[in-house]
Amino acid sequence: MAAATNANLLQGVGIGRGTAVGSVIRMPDPVPQPADTASERTPDEEAQRAREALTATATQLRQRGESAGGTAAEVLDALAMMAEDPALAADVQHRTEDGATAEYAIHAAMASFRDMLVGMGGYLGERAGDLDDVAQRAIAHLSGLPAPGVPESETPFILVARDLAPADTATLDLELVLALVTTDGGPTSHTAILAREKGITAIVGASGAAALQDGDIVLVDAEAGTVERDPDQERVDLALQRTATLEAIRAQSSGPGALADGHAVPLLANIGSVDSAREAVARGAEGVGLFRTEVLFLGAEKAPTVEEQAATYREVFAQFPGQKVVVRVLDAGADKPLAFLTDQGEENPALGRRGLRALAAHEEILRDQLTALAQAAVDSDAIVQVMAPMVSTAQEAQYFRDLAHEIGIAIAGVMVEVPSCAILADHVAQHADFMSIGTNDLTQYTLAADRLLGTVATFQNPWHPSVLRLIEIVGAAGAAHDVPVGICGEAAADPILAVVLVGLGATSLSMSSSAIADVRAELSMHSLDDARRLAALAVSAESAEAARAAVLGAIHP
Amino acid sequence: MAERTLTVASTHGLHARPAALFVKTVTDSGHTVELQKGERAINAASILGVVSLGVNHGDEVTLRVQGDDDEAVLDQLATFLEKDHDA
Repeated sequence: MAAATNANLLQGVGIGRGTAVGSVIRMPDPVPQPADTASERTPDEEAQRAREALTATATQLRQRGESAGGTAAEVLDALAMMAEDPALAADVQHRTEDGATAEYAIHAAMASFRDMLVGMGGYLGERAGDLDDVAQRAIAHLSGLPAPGVPESETPFILVARDLAPADTATLDLELVLALVTTDGGPTSHTAILAREKGITAIVGASGAAALQDGDIVLVDAEAGTVERDPDQERVDLALQRTATLEAIRAQSSGPGALADGHAVPLLANIGSVDSAREAVARGAEGVGLFRTEVLFLGAEKAPTVEEQAATYREVFAQFPGQKVVVRVLDAGADKPLAFLTDQGEENPALGRRGLRALAAHEEILRDQLTALAQAAVDSDAIVQVMAPMVSTAQEAQYFRDLAHEIGIAIAGVMVEVPSCAILADHVAQHADFMSIGTNDLTQYTLAADRLLGTVATFQNPWHPSVLRLIEIVGAAGAAHDVPVGICGEAAADPILAVVLVGLGATSLSMSSSAIADVRAELSMHSLDDARRLAALAVSAESAEAARAAVLGAIHP
Repeated sequence: MAERTLTVASTHGLHARPAALFVKTVTDSGHTVELQKGERAINAASILGVVSLGVNHGDEVTLRVQGDDDEAVLDQLATFLEKDHDA
């Protein structure tokens, strides 16, 4: 590729396959943390500055909320309340009286409240980042820096950021965002998940994009994973034409997922709530391949009762009469701790007592959940199946299936997320009614790269041949033992990778429902033989990039 | 001063959205309101204070209101807490 030597061509990881051309707006970088230096002003002056900054921040947040409306207004209003919180104001005042600068007093006071929220865990712990956002805004105001967060614009733009925080995305006017480009973060970052959900063209982890300036004209090509500055008109036309062709194919595709030769590949949805279940139905999902049940438990200090759980499950199952709904039992630990299930103070929670390990240690919670699921299943026409997260041995698979069968759920499988489980899939398959590969965690554990850590995001790529080879082992074990093999990670939402996964032996694919149309369209263009040939190219490549390039090269010679 | 002890009805307790709505009701009233759970009492105009109490569904809390119209404000706040805002 001659274009690869072009200094204006920046490489990252593409999300989806869209293209966009437009002018760049950069999101301001985080405000530097203020130093704890003695103030040169009087304590009264500092206290006055701090009060003024917090009031201004609250006003600014409310104004943004009013213009955004809806849920965003509520989120921003809650942030404004934090800025003018009397308990915070008292803490800040104490610190300025002790000689701190307004900047440092606000920073330190917010940090102490944040630590308290983090200590409470669960939903509140996740909201702790909101306090940082408020503190940053107030400190930016004091330092005369641009406020962090999404900049405002009247015209459509391409947003370039380090990474997007949930608070940023709440206020992002998607109508105006042509594409997202981040310098940090990988395919499982918050930005990537948002982009996939909303169908926004995005490139993540494009470190070279740090050099882009406001007003630069760029061509974003998610399929190639590139951002090109000052592109030739010819390349722009080509890219836009390709997107138009894809959209035409997508618009025509409907019905159940199948390859070009008619080989059926059910396309299922990943859901976490009743709302997302409805959306999945609307987008043509053929059932649910991953129902995350954690959402029901978030923020709870003790597990909801069997009755409370069954009521929610019934509502979800009712959306899928005659269709499969695969429920993942509570997956707590690591990035989503729950107060009643997760051990405190583990040095290394991703390798700790999480998933099925935590449930086995608190079997009453697992029994309650399975009982609630069994009750809800009896009252519904959905085909309810359960699966256990973080299974690493055949014994665990057996333990879970025995328990599920005992409680009255006939189909119980495992998630394959840990390399040991993939490597021994031929044994695991004998103790599981199905296997479902969670590619996000499988990639994290295979490449020993924290999913949420931006500095190792380049390792977090499910195209990596090491991950694909593990998937191949699971696919072969599934075929040998006649056990279905599903995919329920973000990998299934990448249309080209989805074809490769089918070639490796996946029998169904589950994804954010917004990705279904694209995946369905791509599958319909390849036969099972094609998919196997592409899979063979991918597993024999040296790197994730080489695997993707080899497959793309074979599809578009 | 008006005081009442009651049981919180919100399924997810007084977290996030219900907490913000509650604090808004308190600040709009212009009265001084104290919320107590167990031994700890906080200024109910502070969202950080309210959230830090960790009030869950079914918890017993005590409200204390000071101001000209304390009984009416107490009624309003008690009604709020006894309603399920997550339903």
